[in-house]
Amino acid sequence: MSEQAYVLLRHRSIPDIGKLDVYRQHQGFEAFKKAVTSMKAIDLVNEVKASGLRGRGGAGFPTGVKWSFLPDNLWPHYVVCNADESEPGTFKDREMLESNPFQLLEGVMLCAYAVGARSAYIYLRGEFWQIAGQLDRQIAELEAAGLLGDNLFGSDYSLRLYTHLGAGAYICGEETALLESLEGKLGQPRLRPPFPAIYGLYGKPTVINNVETLANLPPIILNGANWYHQWGTEKSPGVKIFSLSGRVNKPGNYELPLGATFRDLIYKYGGGIPDGKAIKAIMPAGASSSIITATDEALDTPMDYESVAKLGSALGSASVIVVDETVNMAWLVNKTVNFFKHESCGKCTPCREGTYWMDHVIRRVVSGEGELDDIDLLNNVASQIVGKCLCALGDFSTMAVTTSIKQFRADFESALQNGRAPSAERELSPAHTTDNADLGVGTQSQTGTDGGAGR
Amino acid sequence: MAKTVNLMIDDRPVSVPAGTLIVDAAKKIGNDIPVFCYHPKMEPVGMCRMCLVEIGRPVIDRATGQPQTNPDGTPVLQFGPKLDTACTTPVSEGMVVRTGTSKVVDARRDVLEFLLTSHPLDCPICDKGGECPLQNLTMAHGPGKSRFLFDDKIHLAKHYPLGDLIYLDRERCIQCARCIRFEDELAGDPVIGFSQRGRRLEIVTYSEPGFDSVFSGNTTDICPVGALTTADFRFAARPWELKHSPSICTHCPVGCNLTINVRREAISSGKSVVKRVMPRQNEEVNEIWICDKGRFAYHFAESPDRLVTPLVRKNGELSAASWEEALDLVADRLKQAGANSLALAGGSLANEDLFNLHQLMQGVGGQAVQYTHMSGGEYTAAFGLSEGSNIGTMGAETAIVVVASDLYQEAPVWYLRVRAAAKRGATLIVVNPRETALDSAAHQVVRYAYGDEAATVRALQSGSEDAALKAAAEAVGKAENVVIFFGSEGLGLEGSRALAEACAGLLQAGGHTGRPNNGLVGVWPKANNQGAYELGFAPAADLADAIKKAALVYIAAADPAGDDPALAEALNATSFVVVQELFLTETALRADVVLPVQSFIEREGTFTSGERRVQRFYPAVSAFKGPRPDFAIAALVGQRLGLSLEGRVPSLLMLRIANSVPAYAGLDYPKISAVHEQWPVVHRGDLFYGGTSYENRQGLGVQLKANGALPPVAPAAAPFIPLPAAGQVLVAPVTRLYDRGRTVTPSVLLHAHLAGPDLHMHPQTATKLGLQHLAAVELTLAGKTYVVTVKWDDTLPAGVATLPRSVGVPFFAPAAVTVALATETTGVQ
Repeated sequence: MSEQAYVLLRHRSIPDIGKLDVYRQHQGFEAFKKAVTSMKAIDLVNEVKASGLRGRGGAGFPTGVKWSFLPDNLWPHYVVCNADESEPGTFKDREMLESNPFQLLEGVMLCAYAVGARSAYIYLRGEFWQIAGQLDRQIAELEAAGLLGDNLFGSDYSLRLYTHLGAGAYICGEETALLESLEGKLGQPRLRPPFPAIYGLYGKPTVINNVETLANLPPIILNGANWYHQWGTEKSPGVKIFSLSGRVNKPGNYELPLGATFRDLIYKYGGGIPDGKAIKAIMPAGASSSIITATDEALDTPMDYESVAKLGSALGSASVIVVDETVNMAWLVNKTVNFFKHESCGKCTPCREGTYWMDHVIRRVVSGEGELDDIDLLNNVASQIVGKCLCALGDFSTMAVTTSIKQFRADFESALQNGRAPSAERELSPAHTTDNADLGVGTQSQTGTDGGAGR
Repeated sequence: MAKTVNLMIDDRPVSVPAGTLIVDAAKKIGNDIPVFCYHPKMEPVGMCRMCLVEIGRPVIDRATGQPQTNPDGTPVLQFGPKLDTACTTPVSEGMVVRTGTSKVVDARRDVLEFLLTSHPLDCPICDKGGECPLQNLTMAHGPGKSRFLFDDKIHLAKHYPLGDLIYLDRERCIQCARCIRFEDELAGDPVIGFSQRGRRLEIVTYSEPGFDSVFSGNTTDICPVGALTTADFRFAARPWELKHSPSICTHCPVGCNLTINVRREAISSGKSVVKRVMPRQNEEVNEIWICDKGRFAYHFAESPDRLVTPLVRKNGELSAASWEEALDLVADRLKQAGANSLALAGGSLANEDLFNLHQLMQGVGGQAVQYTHMSGGEYTAAFGLSEGSNIGTMGAETAIVVVASDLYQEAPVWYLRVRAAAKRGATLIVVNPRETALDSAAHQVVRYAYGDEAATVRALQSGSEDAALKAAAEAVGKAENVVIFFGSEGLGLEGSRALAEACAGLLQAGGHTGRPNNGLVGVWPKANNQGAYELGFAPAADLADAIKKAALVYIAAADPAGDDPALAEALNATSFVVVQELFLTETALRADVVLPVQSFIEREGTFTSGERRVQRFYPAVSAFKGPRPDFAIAALVGQRLGLSLEGRVPSLLMLRIANSVPAYAGLDYPKISAVHEQWPVVHRGDLFYGGTSYENRQGLGVQLKANGALPPVAPAAAPFIPLPAAGQVLVAPVTRLYDRGRTVTPSVLLHAHLAGPDLHMHPQTATKLGLQHLAAVELTLAGKTYVVTVKWDDTLPAGVATLPRSVGVPFFAPAAVTVALATETTGVQ
């Protein structure tokens, strides 16, 4: 994609777009003004439906359809922006929030207008405290500029935005746990139904959209639904930010049309694997991925929601972690299991106890202290978790486990035989990784309340 | 009525109201789907994942809207890809539920194996062992062995005091949140919660002092493991050693159904000893709950201070005497006193005791007086709740008015049930001079100044300018059913009578009498004040005067001398005093004859609850040698006077009551002992569902019929509210649950909770009087000085103070008192 054509990462071509005046010079808030002054809420919903925009948080649910679930007879409505970006390997929202914040804020405002919300909340993971401070100042700027507040553009529409910081829990990215946390309660998922569209924040109809989803709205409203269809596939139109990390020469965020292939992302844009090593596997959706063996067929698969599903995995938030031949999959599974053990909220038995148990078993395997039976035990415990939990975290915790054992059982056996996993893997962490070298992926640090991420 | 839904559960047809959860529908046909977090009294959360089942739904043909059928005519079913939780899924028409397939069996075993990975498996030393849902369900559905390495088990605190009454064993906790949800949803005391996450998720208390809820003991009943235990019962006995006897709580007018667990112990010379008090299900009274006072304040019954031999005053000293000697003497003196006799009966006597005492007085022409600080029973006897009334069924059609009562403190289980009724849609109107716990559930809160109770209630009828009153009046006017609970907040005899009269007027005017779920309920201080009123015991307007004038005072279950120096003085002046008592009270010390009585755990009888329900209690332990039941003593005295009193067994006495007291007509023990099926089902077979509350097989009681008419009574006088002079403050007496009464103080466990001589006042009021928070002050009342502690309390209105009853300051109605900072020389009185 040429630099001029950025839809989301516009700061890469317009460096100061994070300043309000610069953003406004580049059609900033024209979409919002157009909406409030000339469009009915239902027009917005229909436009977004027609654009085919799908939720970028992971589930890929059509955004306009999600909005249309809000009932007209229950008020007030709320909009919540999910900025709890916590999936290991995902760092796209952070770049948007840091460098192109007004586009997101305008997206939140458009969504609020579309569903008739007069209050919208931006829920940020606790580690984003600095971003939250910036957003607060930017919201104040918008209020000073008359773009937020009462009777916008002379209409009877009024809107306020608020930021809220989480306390460092992965589970709060799950929308109902997010709502609990936003309400000041312990972050644990709610029972569904009722869904947030009916019973959301403070028990009122609520739309919860991901940062990237919302950031797509201003250009869609400004340019129309058809314009958006110039990218992507029929069922997955538009552009997507792919967070590329792992064993790759040029990790980072890449804004590409949906349907670009893994090969393009990893080799054309990502510069291939360091030291000319061979690619072994792909985690297309961060730590909760089903592992894809990097065959030619897989590498040539278009990265859209349908095609990745056909590989037995999911596009999710499109955080592509590249695994090369030097990596022992047991080592990798140890990392993901440890992460989910640390992040399980503890509400459901299988996830709370199962992640804890899997962690014990995989640690034995990678330290070479286990027995061959432990591989089957691990697989079995994982299977016992699947399909039994209230939210998706339980299932996520098992994805890498079961798919790795199925495709790379020899790695587990060799880990058991060779004791401590081979030194090559210890050196895995590429230079760009930040403070979480342990995971070997370019994510923000995962911090918790109990510091129990290690052992 | 919700429409009926038909479904199949394991090939058995079930028809239940729409909205029923699968787990409950299955329970109705005896299919016990295992659960840990689900509880039929609480909203489902679906977190333990134990109740997973296969659910199939008929496939609907889009064109016709009809279910698609197979060639053989059976409906085409679509089963979900995953198992579903039976505790969160409501039934739907044509649904097919499978609870016995290998998928379900595997899921149950899997979830149990997970739970047991973190469980310490210390059943041999666990108090829950023997009545433990985790133990039982593991036996039924769990794996025989664990693949989890025992050495890898998590180790956590095992004796963590959440409060001084409840201990938490963090290793045993399976994070089902039943305790949290009970306190939050049902008790309205959100004082415990989860902290941390994942396997570190743990129960913590947010309150100071810890677990500050009068319902805390219930969490130990519904805890599905041995994580929560009471300080009273932990390590005291094993459940299988316990015998269980049905009983009725004697502490307040709710009449909670109890089971008393006893064990014979070598350490007690082979005697039966009470090990714990448990709730017994009565969905029309206490459901499956009891308050902590009912659960923990039973030790008085086994107190070593109990009287065991009759005492007769000889040469100025009380000396042991034989029953014959004592009874002869009483009969002789009673004969002499004749119409100058006065019986003074407390509200904790059983119906049978009261009836015989009344008969005795009738026999000699004496007077039967009730000892109480709260009047108005003639109105509750006439317009009280009647047959078919149940707070548990009250909803949107009902307005519930609670006036002059801190229900949380005075009758906790009513508080809990009224709160639930308000949640179901009943309009709750709380009318009280100060903020109380029930306010949070109220639709309308009305405030008034102490003394304006009756006027405020009359304004609910006549209308008012005040917005809150107006809204409340409208709600009462609109409601199909109206129930009024009136208490004795800041009220003495005069005030409570005036209030009852006003309440009765309001109910009568709206036609809210004589029908189920309509009427007046007294929040009495004792378990059987209602019975005492029904059986003809009214309080005396001037008790001291009545005592002074009597030639013989016959006192049962009352300690007037201990409560009030004026009454002590009056008793000193009486020529002959007979006392039936458990303990050597101040009153007994002034008696000429003291007759030791049996406590409620040794005998049987009935109480009439505030909702006018007659309920039986049964003997739980073998009787102490010596004491006799009150009714038998009265009968023995009567027989000596040639009166035909029944003294053999209470069941025969009930027949007499039924014959002579119209409200009790037709009652007998078999009727009172009758039971019918209750929902939810709680019994010994599936403790995992309802908890360890006992099944009721011994009687749900019988509610009295509506009396409907008020016998001629004098109109109530307006209570006198003194005007505080300069430097004085108006003090109102209030009731605290953990009072310093004789039946509470022997329970050492509760000592930290007992009401103290705390003079609550608004900081502004206190500042005006120059009184700091926690200042010790001298309170002067009727010429005597008492030392009390000032407590700043911003829930109080300005200009008044409150002081709990029973803390040693004898006042029974609002009084103007002088308060001054205590000097060091002041002795504590």
